[in-house]
Amino acid sequence: MKRMLSTKSGKQFLITFCAVVAAFVVMQAIAMAGAMSSMLKGQLVPICAYVVMALSLNLTVGILGELSLGHAGFMSVGAFLGTTTAVALQGAVPSPTLRLLCALVVGAVFAGVVGFLVGIPVLRLNGDYLAIVTLAFGEIIKSIFNNLYLGLDSHGFHLSLLDNKLHMEPDGKLIIGGPMGIGGIQKIASFPVGFALIVVCLVIIFNLVNSRAGRAIMALRDNRIAAESVGIPITKYKMMAFVTSAAMAGAAGALFALNFSTIVANKFDFNTSILVLVFVVLGGLGNMLGSIVAAAALTILPEALRQFASYRMLVYAIVLILVMLVRNNPAIQSFFSRFRFGKKGGVQE
Amino acid sequence: MSEQKTPRVATKMVPVQSHAIVPDRDADKSPVLECHHLGIDFGGLTAVNEFNLMIGRTEIAGLIGPNGAGKTTVFNLLTKVYQPTRGTILLDGNDTSKRTTAHINRAGIARTFQNIRLFANLSVEDNVKLGLHNHINYGMWGGVFRLPRYWHEEKTAHERAMELLSIFDMADLADAQAGSLPYGAQRRLEIVRALATNPSLLLLDEPAAGMNPSETAELMDNIVKIRDLFQIAVMLIEHDMNLVMGICEGICVLNFGEVIAKGSPAEIKSNPVVIEAYLGKKDKKEGA
Repeated sequence: MKRMLSTKSGKQFLITFCAVVAAFVVMQAIAMAGAMSSMLKGQLVPICAYVVMALSLNLTVGILGELSLGHAGFMSVGAFLGTTTAVALQGAVPSPTLRLLCALVVGAVFAGVVGFLVGIPVLRLNGDYLAIVTLAFGEIIKSIFNNLYLGLDSHGFHLSLLDNKLHMEPDGKLIIGGPMGIGGIQKIASFPVGFALIVVCLVIIFNLVNSRAGRAIMALRDNRIAAESVGIPITKYKMMAFVTSAAMAGAAGALFALNFSTIVANKFDFNTSILVLVFVVLGGLGNMLGSIVAAAALTILPEALRQFASYRMLVYAIVLILVMLVRNNPAIQSFFSRFRFGKKGGVQE
Repeated sequence: MSEQKTPRVATKMVPVQSHAIVPDRDADKSPVLECHHLGIDFGGLTAVNEFNLMIGRTEIAGLIGPNGAGKTTVFNLLTKVYQPTRGTILLDGNDTSKRTTAHINRAGIARTFQNIRLFANLSVEDNVKLGLHNHINYGMWGGVFRLPRYWHEEKTAHERAMELLSIFDMADLADAQAGSLPYGAQRRLEIVRALATNPSLLLLDEPAAGMNPSETAELMDNIVKIRDLFQIAVMLIEHDMNLVMGICEGICVLNFGEVIAKGSPAEIKSNPVVIEAYLGKKDKKEGA
C-alpha cells in the first residue's frame, strides 16, 4: 500500500482525493452555516453529476484514447431508467436514499449494457469510428426517449412508441411521456450521495489504471501494434474501459435527473456531450483533478454570469478561450510546475 | 543451462529436411518454427513468395537481404500482422492460421520493431509488466477492488520485471518514463519487454540500427546471452554484417521476396548469388 501511494499516480490520487473531500467538507460547512446562496445550493447536485460525467469521459478520451461524442446518450439512458426505477420503487422502498442508490445502480447497469452494445461493432475497428458512431448514438437515443411511452400498472410495465397505446389498467401511471419526458419526479438526489458517487468513480478509475487491465488499456492507447505484439487482446480492453465509462455516465445521469422535477430527452443532446468534452479537454486528458475542477467551474460559471444577462454566453465563451490560452502558455505552465509535487526524479521510492 | 556459452563460434549446420538446416545440437529436437511455401500478395504485387524456413530450438538465425526484399514482411507474416496469402506457418508443430497477433504472442513468438514501439508514456517497469500481461493472473475486478490476489500477483510481477531489467542492467531505470530513455536503452527495453512474454522464438527487427560499433558489440553479447540464458531461438533482421556473420548460425537471404540462399555464415559470404544481390553483377565475368 505504501508503495502504491509513493508512486506518481498514487500521489496524484491522494491529492485529487483530498481536494474532493476538502471541497465537500467546505461546501457542507457553508450549507450548515446557512451562508450558501440558493443558486449554489441548487447547483451542488448537477455539479456532482457533471464531475462524474467528466471523469467518465476522461476514462474514454484520456485513458483509452478514443473519442466519444455521444456521452450524453449514456447519461440519458441512466437518467430515464434510473428515474423509472425510483418512481417504480416509490411504494416499495420508503427510504429516499436507498431508492436513489437503486436508481444509480440501475442507471449504471443499463448504460453499461448499452455501451456494450454500441461497442460490439465499433471497438473492433481502429480509427475515429467510435466518435462517429457515438455521435449517431446520442441522436438516436434522444429520438427514442422523445417517442417512448412507459406506463406502470398492477400488471407491470407497459411500453409503446405511440401515444395512448399503452393499454393500461385504470390504476396505471404514466412514467415516461414521450416528448414530455418524466414529470413529477421526487427530488431525492442529495449532495452527500453525489459526493459519494464521485469518490466511488475516482477510486474505480485509479484502481483500474494501476492494475493489469488499466496498464493494458493505456498500452493500446500508446501503441496498438506493440500492445498486440505482447499478447494483449485489443477489443476486450477497449470494451472494458468503454463499458466502465458508459456505466459511470449512466449513474451520473440518474443522479442528475433525480435532482429535477421533470426531465426531458432534449436535455441530453449533442451540446451536453460537447460540454462534457470541454470539461475533459480543459482539465487535461488523463488528468482527473483537472476534469473535476473544470466540470465544477464550468457548471457554476453560467449561473454566476446571470448578472450579465444577454451577454452571458459571450462572457462564458471569452472565459473559456482565456482559460485555454493560459493553460497552454509555457511561461505560466513553468510557473505552476514549480509547485508540483516530486519534481523530476523526486518520485522514486 | 549455460554450458554452451560459445559466442561467435561457428556452429555446424546439418540438414534435417530437404529444404532446411538447423544447428546440429537442435537436430534431434522438433524445430520451433517451420514455414512452408509462405507467400503474400498485396493487390497484384507479390511481396513474399515460396518462403520456406525452419528454425531450431536454440538457433540464432539471420534474415538478410537488400532494402525492400521483404524481410519485415516475413516478420509481419510470422506474427500475423498480415495474414499470409499462401502457405503454412507451424509454431511448435501447431498450425497458426486464423490466429491473431495476440494469439501468436501467447503461442510463443515475441518481437521488436524496426522503428521502436514502446509504450512511451508509461514507466519502464510498466512496459515490462505489459510484457508479463498474460502471466499475471487477476481480472478487472481483482484490480478495481484490490483483492488479495491483486497484491500477490502485482508483487510477483514487480519482482519478475526487476529481475528481467537487471539482466540487462536497466533496474535503476525502472521508474523512468520509457519515451524519455536514450535510444540504446529504448532498444534494450523493447527486447526486455518481448522476453517478458516468455517466448520460444524472439524476432528482432534491425536491433542494431542506429548503434555505434561498441553498442553493437554489446548487443551481440546480449543476443547470445538471451539464447543461452533463456534457451530460446532468436531470429533477426540486420544490415550490420559484422553482427550477422558474428552470431548467426543459419542465415537466410531474401531478394525481391524470394529466398536466394540459405546456409552458414561462411557459405553465405562466399555465395555468388548473394554477392550479386548486394553488389550487382560483375561486368563480363561469370556471375551466378
